[in-house]
Amino acid sequence: MKTVNFLIAGVGGQGALLVSNVLADVGVRAGYDVKKSEVHGMAQRGGDVTTTVRWGDKVYSPLIGPGEADYLLSLEKLEALRYVGMLRPGGTAIVGDQGIPPLSVSSGNDVYPDDEEIRRVLGQVTDDYHLIPSVRLAEELGNARVHNVVLLGAFSTFLDDVPPDVWLQSVEAQVPPKFLELNRRAFQVGRKAVSSK
Amino acid sequence: MKVLLSGNEAVARGAYESGVRVAAAYPGTPSTEILETLAQYDKVYSEWAPNEKVALDVAIGAAYAGSRSMAVMKHVGLNVAADAFFYASMTGLEAGLVVVSADDPFMHSSQNEQDNRRYAKFARVPCLEPSDSQEAKDLVGVALDISEQFDGPVMLRLTTRISHSDTLVELGERQAEERTEPPEYRVDRIKYVMVPGNARRRHPVIEERIEKLKEFAETFLYNKVEMGDTSLGIVTNGVAYQYAREVFPEASFLKLGMTYPLPPKMVRDFASKVDRLIVIEELDPFIEEEIRLMGIAAEGKSIFPMIGEFDPSVVRQCAIEAGLLPPSAAVEVRQPELETPLPLRPPILCPGCPYRGVFLMTKKLKMVISGDIGCYTLAFLPPLSALHTCGCMGASIGQAHGVSKAGIAQKHAAVIGDSTFFHTGLPALLNVAYNKSDTVTIILDNRTTAMTGHQQHPGTGMTLKGEPTKAVEFEDVARAFGIERVHTVDPYNLKEMEKALRDCLEAEGPAVIVSRRECVLLPEARKLWMALKVNEDRCNGCGLCFEVGCPAIIKSDRLDAKTGRAKAWIDPLLCTGCEICAQVCARKAILFREAIVKEGESV
Repeated sequence: MKTVNFLIAGVGGQGALLVSNVLADVGVRAGYDVKKSEVHGMAQRGGDVTTTVRWGDKVYSPLIGPGEADYLLSLEKLEALRYVGMLRPGGTAIVGDQGIPPLSVSSGNDVYPDDEEIRRVLGQVTDDYHLIPSVRLAEELGNARVHNVVLLGAFSTFLDDVPPDVWLQSVEAQVPPKFLELNRRAFQVGRKAVSSK
Repeated sequence: MKVLLSGNEAVARGAYESGVRVAAAYPGTPSTEILETLAQYDKVYSEWAPNEKVALDVAIGAAYAGSRSMAVMKHVGLNVAADAFFYASMTGLEAGLVVVSADDPFMHSSQNEQDNRRYAKFARVPCLEPSDSQEAKDLVGVALDISEQFDGPVMLRLTTRISHSDTLVELGERQAEERTEPPEYRVDRIKYVMVPGNARRRHPVIEERIEKLKEFAETFLYNKVEMGDTSLGIVTNGVAYQYAREVFPEASFLKLGMTYPLPPKMVRDFASKVDRLIVIEELDPFIEEEIRLMGIAAEGKSIFPMIGEFDPSVVRQCAIEAGLLPPSAAVEVRQPELETPLPLRPPILCPGCPYRGVFLMTKKLKMVISGDIGCYTLAFLPPLSALHTCGCMGASIGQAHGVSKAGIAQKHAAVIGDSTFFHTGLPALLNVAYNKSDTVTIILDNRTTAMTGHQQHPGTGMTLKGEPTKAVEFEDVARAFGIERVHTVDPYNLKEMEKALRDCLEAEGPAVIVSRRECVLLPEARKLWMALKVNEDRCNGCGLCFEVGCPAIIKSDRLDAKTGRAKAWIDPLLCTGCEICAQVCARKAILFREAIVKEGESV
């Protein structure tokens, strides 16, 4: 198999690490060579976090360069714009609808891009982008924090050679037992969010 | 069975499997997770030491006592431990010692980009470099074997990308016999007492050791030749190998698992088989220089950068510019055009960070502050802009003393975190007392090593293994040194903080303020989180609270009718209820916890 490259973007504390852990684990369960690499630096305190995950028969580099991501999975809208240049032109972008204003925005010095601008910028790199109302769907389930698993569910529909069961097993392995049922539902809701589009 | 492990987890596993009995470290990104992982193995004694030099001395002592040992640090930690590193190389050991140095190309979380392979050569210590987690695990055991075979410490050099990338690893069993009784300590006064006479005997031994290691490196399993197209030969190491393999799938490779010393015959042989020899290595031209010293032509830093971290795109782009690849090899990139640049998301002091209270007051009093390494370094950023130097661990107190002895208009102060104070602040504070400094030392005690992710330290009363222990009090230390003016202040109380600062500024001689409030992210502190609120009728948009620099305070869409300025709004998801902004507000528009609780009761 040709190596598949994923870039996961988000903000510290959003649950991006769970998403990348699941993605890496799914690759292992599917029998691929897998590499995963986090870039966070000092940014653990509310800064941006990106993770590269790669699946393939033999994966060398843990990192990818601009234009090399087949899939961009962003939990936050502004971060999707920041990293969309990493996407292969025509690649697939899946973006959660959470917007977290940086300090420069909340203090009134910068402006957070509106949804129209977000669509305009993403559209310059690919037509295949999807804004998923992951936070709203998670809130409907009663816990906004599972927006990351909603997004994973949505994302899983783009990789249909991996059966949904494998994804679910992997999600279940990553979350605390008492949140198991909630996360299962979040995953299923996410899957439907795309198919009903 | 293969599992995904980060390079750091793999090193811990390697230490466990290869029979390490004692491991010591001081936390530092990107190395911290190694000891955190190792602490989970009961058969290995592991500890946080106050600093890297102590950690290395501990590991050396264990190796003198016949037990395999490991010391772990980030690259700059080896500066602190350098003295120990050099003498251990001179004396040799009774059992294997591996010194793990995690270097940080691109300075993701460091003050410099030093290449610690220089230390390996400097101290005549062999240097091993893994290129993925499997090698990271395996090379710990290999390093210990080499250490024992050649009687000296071995450096295992990681980089951030190796430490923080997960790759598949085959796990093994622990290879160590459990002891029924402790061994006798083997005394060897000539070998282990480095007085000049003995040291003169040892120096030739370690020079010979490197010559023998060169021979060993010729057949070392982790120095690998992978012949492909012979028009281009690439010598490479560590994670750079992975990038190079990806960018040059056809080329011939000499992959070095031991980057000091190099195997001269192997390098010469490889060079003779290829038309053009290049070196792809991050940071310094270390391998390149070694090859050139052999009189072999090689290109490296004339093509690839000496600064920053590589990735496949960096390697590919440089190769295209140097004519090693055709322009068609470039990857198509579409960087979108933006109407305005995207707002940045720099790291910031968290909502509710106790440090904010200290820096608001030092700023109010127009104090110049010598800073140190920790979360509080972020106070240099606007709007606080209240910290004015940051060099290395423990530097602030000595610097402040120097400033005061040189003489400036205002009284000078140092800030230093609790863990950083134990690391290298102690002797500096002793100097302040001894040499009658006219400075204020502010110890920012948040009851943890916060920056690296909440590790224990000598002030927390808990060890790495989670055992209760004696907790050192900073006030006791200061008084024991002879400093009489010692304040303890809760930094959430701005008035008290200001009062203590003024008292110290007005007095002659050394003073210490212990700013005590636990990190707001610690579990006990989280239990007390509660969001504050703004009374919109009272707020007139004066903006004082925005100067606090808290991410929870947001300029709302609502404008004050008179001033036309945006009123403040507090994000309930971010606010922890520290009440610092409530104390700053001149119009009492930000409600304190008590008022909010009462409001809730009346509803």
